Amino acid sequence: MSMTEDTAAKTDGYKYIGTRAPRPDGFDKVTGRARFGADYTMPGMLHGLVLRSPHAHAVLKSIDVSKALALPGVKAVITRDNFADQESEVVPAGEMQVNYRDVVRNMLAREKVFYDGHPVAAVAATSLSIASKALKLIEVEYEVLPHVIDPYDAAQPDAPVLHDFIFTEGVEPKPSKPSNIAKRVKVASGDVEAGFKKADVIVEKTYDTKPVHQGYIEPQACLANYTKDGQGEIWTTTQGHFLKRAFTARLCGLDISRLKVTPTEIGGGFGGKNNVYLEPLALELSRQSGRPVRMIMSRGEVIRATGPTSGGHMRVKIGATKDGKITAAEAEHYFQAGAFPGSPINQASMTSFACYDLENVNVIGYDVVSNRPKVAAYRAPGAQVAAFSVESTIDAVAREIGMDPIEFRLKNAAKEGTKTAYGVTFGPVGLVECLEALRNHPNYKAKLGPNQGRGISCGFWFNIGADSCATMNVNEDGSIALMVGTPDIGGSRASMALMAAEALGVNPDTIKPTVGDTSSLGFNFLTAGSRTTFAVGKAAVEASRKVVEELKSRAAQTWGIPVEAVEWEDGYARPAGPNAGDFEPLSIAEIAKNVGDLTVFQRTPNYCKPLYNGKITPEEQAETGVTEDYI
Amino acid sequence: MAKLHVTTEINGDPIEFLCEPEQTLLEVLRDELQYTGTKEGCGTGDCGACSVTVDGRLVCSCLMLGAEAEGKKIETIEGMANGEELHPLQQKFLDHAALQCGYCTPGFLVAAKALLEKNPDPTETEVRFWLAGNLCRCTGYDKIVRAVMDAAAEMRGN
Repeated sequence: MSMTEDTAAKTDGYKYIGTRAPRPDGFDKVTGRARFGADYTMPGMLHGLVLRSPHAHAVLKSIDVSKALALPGVKAVITRDNFADQESEVVPAGEMQVNYRDVVRNMLAREKVFYDGHPVAAVAATSLSIASKALKLIEVEYEVLPHVIDPYDAAQPDAPVLHDFIFTEGVEPKPSKPSNIAKRVKVASGDVEAGFKKADVIVEKTYDTKPVHQGYIEPQACLANYTKDGQGEIWTTTQGHFLKRAFTARLCGLDISRLKVTPTEIGGGFGGKNNVYLEPLALELSRQSGRPVRMIMSRGEVIRATGPTSGGHMRVKIGATKDGKITAAEAEHYFQAGAFPGSPINQASMTSFACYDLENVNVIGYDVVSNRPKVAAYRAPGAQVAAFSVESTIDAVAREIGMDPIEFRLKNAAKEGTKTAYGVTFGPVGLVECLEALRNHPNYKAKLGPNQGRGISCGFWFNIGADSCATMNVNEDGSIALMVGTPDIGGSRASMALMAAEALGVNPDTIKPTVGDTSSLGFNFLTAGSRTTFAVGKAAVEASRKVVEELKSRAAQTWGIPVEAVEWEDGYARPAGPNAGDFEPLSIAEIAKNVGDLTVFQRTPNYCKPLYNGKITPEEQAETGVTEDYI
Repeated sequence: MAKLHVTTEINGDPIEFLCEPEQTLLEVLRDELQYTGTKEGCGTGDCGACSVTVDGRLVCSCLMLGAEAEGKKIETIEGMANGEELHPLQQKFLDHAALQCGYCTPGFLVAAKALLEKNPDPTETEVRFWLAGNLCRCTGYDKIVRAVMDAAAEMRGN
């Protein structure tokens, strides 16, 4: 059976959404033709490599690149001295936020190195082997400092302090001394002390998790080309090329309009490809050398220096009555931010108990820096780490009172009208229905074999909207060009084509969806935050509706009737009723053909004098050999 | 050090190249010969994204030197389709949505083809065991295994 004919999965009321149309990127991906980050090359291209710190924490006393620069084939070596420092300014980067002060330091160490693998210098050379030799010729003097890895250890008063600018936010009065605790957050409602007094059973447990890496199979890679006229161009594997453009332009001191970023196919990201690592280095190496520079991380570099999710140290305390009602829930989370502030502690604290309808909640969260790579988003950042601790404790309480874990969750499940500790009152939720369906499923009752287990866990996540832009053009033959600005990480081009097809009433295979570069359409936020299909899909549908309105007005012109008398159905303009007139329906292709024959009414030639051109000198006049007296 | 001259055959075509002694076959394929369908995921033989066959044997091209390709027959993802006609495995990967980002896909396809050439009627366990050397982060493997089983059935004429 061909999948294109398989409409069994079709959702009621839709003609195309829910069908399994062929993926627009499918053929290229099974034949090896799809071009990912490391597959882009340019004539004259150099190879860039990064020198990384072997120490977890050290003062960067001096960097001598003279011997590396003297090696034949080496065209540029860059260090902290090639980038201006950045003021503290917090900006969004996916579900997380970053601070330019930290981004410039994470990209290339300045005063200190903060983790094993922290970039210290970068080299561009005519071959990888020469670049690799050049790295060994860079002389770096470090003053090694004591380091700390675990977030709970890092939060203790005697821990080595990473930054002198961190005075814990969210505590009153402001601490007098810097520490590794960047922020304290509190998400609370009701009175937990009173709640615990009503409990028949109280369970309190602590949990530790490690900073798990997203583990996308494609390492970070980019190609950058800077030309002497001050223009830059970058091809990179990313979840959001508009943010890469903003960060790179800022760090390299360019106007945003002078930088064009094209996203390549992306080999997985899971939140880990929102941030800049290589792009500003490659662009600066290109600026220094006057040649295109490609940089590709090894797997070792990916693991050592790009953001994993936070590791956490978590204490959870839950009280419940014997009949299964939770009376109070408390949690304390220490989240590892890595080298710079900004773990997903807010999200962890907000989501911790959001699955449940609770009166008394108190969650305290700490954002803690330590000598590890700066963390990045990772699939519902923060929520899964906190959920592990909360759900494990929920299970423990259920065991303690001898209640089935689904039954216990059902007795406390959030539902429409539940007010969360973080302030939102829920609309319809569906958790009760979901848990009931699980409880009634045969798999929940199937007998377990030796060494088999069965578990249940609930989780909560938000989804965001954020800026989205799509453009749609009707081609001369009536086929459709749909452009979105969010990288396709797992089939979003197919989804966009289906949604546009539905709105236009045409077969999806007449629509060519592409992911446009930063110069080809308006700003788009990242492919992140569970937003892309939802938010960009809306933009694609809106664009389709505008196109339909335009096509209707063209049909109205053709027929000589008011546009209100034209309706759109299944990809055709039709007269709205018998009174509108008797016309054969027009397809998009037929309308497009008519557009090609539009009469141009304005025939008067207009000339204008170029604004900044001076008067042509007699010499210039002689050179061009033409008389241009009218200028 | 002087470059080495290597004569080999890639996807049936006679190919000659120069490479540095330390260059891996993967680097040669990608950087010297522009066969970029073969991917690097780890460079240490753990992920299988760089899978190719050498004289019919499945290898990680990141673990073999380019110079070792002398006199050998190399098959890469670029040689799998017959012109624009997809190999049954390629078609089944599309039909079963056995790829999301698509980065590991060439390696899986080359490895699966090598399996079916040895064993046209593998059990699910055999498919899973054979593909254990290929890592996929998006799909969770089930759809890949089903696509391979389905392609095997089709190739057997079932």
